[in-house]
Amino acid sequence: MNTSYQYSYTNIEELLEILVEKGFIAPATEQQHATVIGRRQVQSSDLAFVTVAPEAARHLILDLRDRFGFTHLVLLTAVDYIEEGKFLLTYLLHNYELHHDIGVQVPIGREAAEAGASMESIHDLWAQAGTYQRELKEMFGIDFPGSPRVDEPFILEGWDEVPPMRREFDTKQYSETTYFPRPGRSTNDPADYMRQKLYPKE
Amino acid sequence: MSTDINKEDTQTQQESIRQVVEAMGEYPGAADASDPQLFCEARPKVEKPFRGVFEKFLNWARANSLWVLGFGTGCGAIELRPLMTSRFDASRFGVAGRPTPRQSSVFIIGGYASVKTLKRIVRSYEQMQNPKFVIALGSCTINGGMYWDSYNTINRIDQYIPVDVYITGCMPRPEAILAGFVKLQELIKAGRGEKANEYAEHFDWYKANQKKVIKDWDMPDYNW
Ligand code: SF4
Repeated sequence: MNTSYQYSYTNIEELLEILVEKGFIAPATEQQHATVIGRRQVQSSDLAFVTVAPEAARHLILDLRDRFGFTHLVLLTAVDYIEEGKFLLTYLLHNYELHHDIGVQVPIGREAAEAGASMESIHDLWAQAGTYQRELKEMFGIDFPGSPRVDEPFILEGWDEVPPMRREFDTKQYSETTYFPRPGRSTNDPADYMRQKLYPKE
Repeated sequence: MSTDINKEDTQTQQESIRQVVEAMGEYPGAADASDPQLFCEARPKVEKPFRGVFEKFLNWARANSLWVLGFGTGCGAIELRPLMTSRFDASRFGVAGRPTPRQSSVFIIGGYASVKTLKRIVRSYEQMQNPKFVIALGSCTINGGMYWDSYNTINRIDQYIPVDVYITGCMPRPEAILAGFVKLQELIKAGRGEKANEYAEHFDWYKANQKKVIKDWDMPDYNW
């Protein structure tokens, strides 16, 4: 039982109920895909994910931090759902009193032209978020306006291609055309090898 | 002597640098002596080996004092630490670690090199004094290893700097690295450790390759 925060709860289901009750997140939808707003998923007794709209995310994250005791930003990452034209940002937060984690997932558009690939910055809530956002800018091209040094190169110096973690970027082809592959490379795929061993006639 | 650095001190320092530069006379990179450049933009020169017994003696000395630059790239660098312990005791081969490229003669590329690291590798390699040798450790340096299709790691280090000895494995054990050192000693004693001259000879080719992948090239063409 955490007591020092405005809302106290004991288990993660209860937390989600409170969030719905107070209007922080929408009631659950039937659809189970991660990019559908309103999706909720309890993965274990101490880990849950909720999907919220980009406009609601910052408010929810701030409330989780200040009213529910999720004081630690574990990570901020993105997944590219290219088929749906979306990035799914995941803010993973940790509660040190109960040792619960909650993942706030935020679908945003992929293309800057469709007013996507941009998200409100949370560097003022956790300073280290600025570093994550800088990385996301470089690897996915997701912009976080106002985040410190977000336009500076993070790992890739002088990168002038599609951001490499976007799925339309073909890393193998890029490597082959850029990095002088050594000819004669052969592969010993264990699956092939076992197939030949076990079913030599096929 | 006072320790606080004020403007006058800095000026005096600059003045003394200028004097040194002037005294050196043909300081190659400086446009004029009032603007001392700390890099050399001149191309590296091929240094012909001496002939006969004297060169043999030099090579014997070189082979027995391999000083390794303490610059670990990639996972393979972790195998260099045990080399110095009593179990493997690399010092019996005259192998010792050095903290700066200026004092080292062997550069061990310890595995995969990202483009960002490659830039530092090139710079450190060029800062090393002749004669210098390169040992490439692990499959990543040979054909890219498990990072062969990565967007950010180069596939073959020998396209960017010349390599004397390859050590295969992912990662090679310290015994293998010792074997590599012994091989390098053999090469040097046989007078075949001349890769630094090869670099000077094919300088344009190496530079072109380096510039192909290092896109934000913001250093002089040669920095020793
Ligand atoms: S060869 Fe293996 S151990 Fe060496 S750097 Fe590459 S992945 Fe790491």
